Amino acid sequence: MSVGDCAIVTELDPTLHPLVARRLADLGFAPGTQIEVLRRAPLGDPVIYRICGYEIALRSAQTKFINVELKS
Amino acid sequence: MSGQHCEPSGRSTTDTRGLDRFALVGNPNSGKSTLFNSLSGLRAKTGNYPGVTVAKYEGRARLADDFVVLEDLPGTYSLDAISPDEHVVVDVLEANGEISATPDGVIVVVDATTLRRSLTLLAQVLQRGLPTCVALTFTDDLQRRGGRIDIHALTNALGVSVVAVTPGDRGQVTNLKQTLARWRDWPAPVIAPPTDAAETAAWASSVLAAANYVEPDSDARTSRIDAVLLHPVWGTAVFFAVMFAFFQTIFVVAAPIQGWIEGIFAWLGEAAAQLISIDWLASFVGEALIGGVGGVLVFLPQIALLFILIALLEGSGYLARAAFLMDRVMAKAGLEGRAFVALLSSVACAIPGIMATRSLPSARDRLATMMAAPLVTCSARLPVYILLIGLLVGPDERYGPVNLRGLILFAMYVIGAVAAMSAAAVASKISRAGGRLLPFYMEIPPYQVPRARSVVAAVWSAVGAFVKKVSSIILTTTIILWLLLNFPQHTDAEMQAHGVDTSSEVAVSSYALDNSFAASIGKAVEPVFEPLGFDWRINIGLVSSLAAREVFVATLGQVAAAENPEEPALALSQMKVLDGPNEGEPLFSPATIAALLMFFAFALQCMSTVGVLRRETGSWRWPAIAFGYMFALAWVAAFIANRVVGAFG
Repeated sequence: MSVGDCAIVTELDPTLHPLVARRLADLGFAPGTQIEVLRRAPLGDPVIYRICGYEIALRSAQTKFINVELKS
Repeated sequence: MSGQHCEPSGRSTTDTRGLDRFALVGNPNSGKSTLFNSLSGLRAKTGNYPGVTVAKYEGRARLADDFVVLEDLPGTYSLDAISPDEHVVVDVLEANGEISATPDGVIVVVDATTLRRSLTLLAQVLQRGLPTCVALTFTDDLQRRGGRIDIHALTNALGVSVVAVTPGDRGQVTNLKQTLARWRDWPAPVIAPPTDAAETAAWASSVLAAANYVEPDSDARTSRIDAVLLHPVWGTAVFFAVMFAFFQTIFVVAAPIQGWIEGIFAWLGEAAAQLISIDWLASFVGEALIGGVGGVLVFLPQIALLFILIALLEGSGYLARAAFLMDRVMAKAGLEGRAFVALLSSVACAIPGIMATRSLPSARDRLATMMAAPLVTCSARLPVYILLIGLLVGPDERYGPVNLRGLILFAMYVIGAVAAMSAAAVASKISRAGGRLLPFYMEIPPYQVPRARSVVAAVWSAVGAFVKKVSSIILTTTIILWLLLNFPQHTDAEMQAHGVDTSSEVAVSSYALDNSFAASIGKAVEPVFEPLGFDWRINIGLVSSLAAREVFVATLGQVAAAENPEEPALALSQMKVLDGPNEGEPLFSPATIAALLMFFAFALQCMSTVGVLRRETGSWRWPAIAFGYMFALAWVAAFIANRVVGAFG
């Protein structure tokens, strides 16, 4: 995804540790939620996303476990 | 800042037994601590939960006719705890928790602009079954950003009391207090919300729909500011400018205030010397008591300024942005952006730096940062560096257009920063083998104008703790040191028997020093420090500086039997090597000074830091490791510096 893109969370990778998966869900990364890419850090990582009305920075190490479907 | 007893004891006004207790639970940035400050004023006291490394904030709020106790729990997104902070929240809410009394009621602080996310935490709190009410914050922001909520409908949908509260609004705060007074009659939900993640999400959706919730638009003001402050080029430039201003403020603004404090204590010392006719008592009061306290209080302006600046950066929301910008760089050392804040604080003092690691969710990151923080050039090293660099080069010496003293001082800061990052990288690599990697996530809150009350509360508790804890350690050390330097006492006859001219004050004090307990210690450790070019007089300074680095300056002043205690540097520069092949040459040769600079750059000469490490890690293991590895580094670096500079100088 690049800056400005919107997507819908489809699922959290089942290989994710249950506590981490639960935390991401508690932060709003539940299936069906819309996320938007707001901006990247100067060196490319982490990235700020907008979800559930707030902004959160995640590293690619975490986001690679969040599967999404890009909205056109 | 070691130990748990920082609350004033024995004062009945702070006795909280028998009062109703309420715990404040909420997401980070939900306005929870602001609300806590607004309810309890500056009556808050800080301590530690027993057995864990998490700070405990407790305060009293006055309701209509009685006081109640408020406990500000660490901010958390979930009760499925990962970090030590979160485990505390879970434990407190447990019916038979181990570390704190179960509260009579829970106030869940809910940010109206992030209601969906806050509801997942509220659901988890409601499952615990304690009497609960909701304090809804930022309703003004919600409205400003085009969002909407029907509080009455939200109350019905949740089945618990909901009070909208803006911390500055007296009417709303009073309203919340009235709700607290009625806690025995608080409604409870008919059915507790579901526990499963997907079901909780569905429950939250139904509550939001019932309350006619309209999510706010993104904050236009924040987006406009971030377009600049998080811009790849401009954002980086602003970041460096902010950091530059940060240091300039800490050192430049604090300098004149520090000058006044030094002046006051110098005057007090002279006054004591004149007023007290008994020589040893005058020396004890002037050097040990007044000198010891003054040596600590001189750093108070810097500590206060540091906490003001950090509170401002944090309250405005910039600190999260700085951590975001620095995250990739910190990742190189195996850390995350928030560790940057801890290392930055360590520039003033490693103690607040180590305490700032509490915001790190990963225990591994906390440990790595704590092992690195004492290597950052702290303000206690500054007087030592200034003294040593002053002995090394003249005030007007230049390297090209640059003042040489300033250049060396800057180099010492760079050495500290590089050493800290390398130590963090090593520590994190070693411990990575054992621990599971925790997820990195960091909320980027909307910008706000920092609240004066929160800034004052942060500075007040930090300054109070600094004065109480650190001065006790430094004061004790200076007293012990004074005793070691001045005892055993010698009679005139004894001195004359050793050929001392007892009519000469200099000869007497030099004999007393040579035969003091301190000299025996200095000579005993000579084999360790001789390869670095240090003689027993420097060793006394090193041994005493193990308590606190800045004691070194005062000790050398005493050791040099300085005729001019105001300017120890002058007396020191005239000290000569007493024996050995270099006898008669200046003791503070460039090689020795370089070795001393390196030793102070790396060694953990700070008992307060050791105490805080013990408290924050819960065992003596980590402070012992930190002390050991830093001493080894310091010795090796000093040895190399001594040989290299000796060869060229």
